[in-house]
Amino acid sequence: MTTEPRLVEVRKNVLKQNDIIARALRDRFREAGVLAVSFVSSPGSGKTAFLEKTLTLLHSRYRVAALVGDLATENDAARLGRSQVPVKQILTGTVCHLDAAMVQNALDGWDLTQLDFLFIENVGNLVCPSSYDLGEDLRFVLLSVTEGEDKPLKYPTIFNSADVAVITKSDLAAAVEFDEAAVLRNIQAVRPGMEVLKISAKTGEGLAEYLEYLERRCSSSRAGAAASN
Amino acid sequence: MHELSIAMSIVEMAQEESERCGQAQVLAVHLRLGQLSGVVKEALLSSYEMACEATPLEGSQLLIEEVPVEVFCPKCDGPRALGSIQWFCCPECGTPTPEVLHGKELEVVALEIEE
Repeated sequence: MTTEPRLVEVRKNVLKQNDIIARALRDRFREAGVLAVSFVSSPGSGKTAFLEKTLTLLHSRYRVAALVGDLATENDAARLGRSQVPVKQILTGTVCHLDAAMVQNALDGWDLTQLDFLFIENVGNLVCPSSYDLGEDLRFVLLSVTEGEDKPLKYPTIFNSADVAVITKSDLAAAVEFDEAAVLRNIQAVRPGMEVLKISAKTGEGLAEYLEYLERRCSSSRAGAAASN
Repeated sequence: MHELSIAMSIVEMAQEESERCGQAQVLAVHLRLGQLSGVVKEALLSSYEMACEATPLEGSQLLIEEVPVEVFCPKCDGPRALGSIQWFCCPECGTPTPEVLHGKELEVVALEIEE
């Protein structure tokens, strides 16, 4: 005799495990007083150059470290090693994004209380990383001037999951007839109120404002952590 | 393409739940999928079939309920269904709003089982 099928309620988030680890990481970052910042973008938008510049500029005044995600090569870590800060490569194999467990494993053996900033460079991909919380305090989405002004409209989900948009390679803007007003309009359409920075890792344009922004966020998150301790 | 790893998590979760129900046969998994979850429905459906292969869930169905994006409009002071995910503003008064109430769901809501 076969019985009628019945419905059993589950109500569980599929990424529950990732979210639990991400929450634990966020708590750890807060307790250690480190500001965790992640970078997401399409391949080739200048994440590594931007990170290299960031590490070089910050490391004389702050304690900085970085995790860099890549599918197959360790080139980025080698390149970033030149900035003389601790850098660890996360090789994801065929996985197209970082998840919270990868970040947690990569931090193994690192004393976070010895850091002011931790940067996490995601795999170049504007789709998959949007589903995974890494426990970061801030997520920057990068968009280079050579990519086309409608990118925010094509990838609204990742822009929606990010806190700050960074327009990179501003030195090439004139050559590619970059329409800045259109990009700003498109960013605001998918994420009203989003903070936007415009930089060139090559000429240094916008880097002072960017550093000021990071420093402001770092001190306000410290003040918040101190108040809650 | 991260749908395969997500499909594998769904299969794993469903298996655990069915074990809790005394190894019941799972006929279908009901999933709520938000428009802003970053997961593509078609890719998830074909990944699900692959993820089920050689597991007790082989032959089961993934039934997806798509969840549209709902935002909070500060001016109307209430929830509003978003017209387009390319345009985050209140469909009634036009006020821009980044506050998402629904649409990020990726949730197994229920299992259809046969004991």
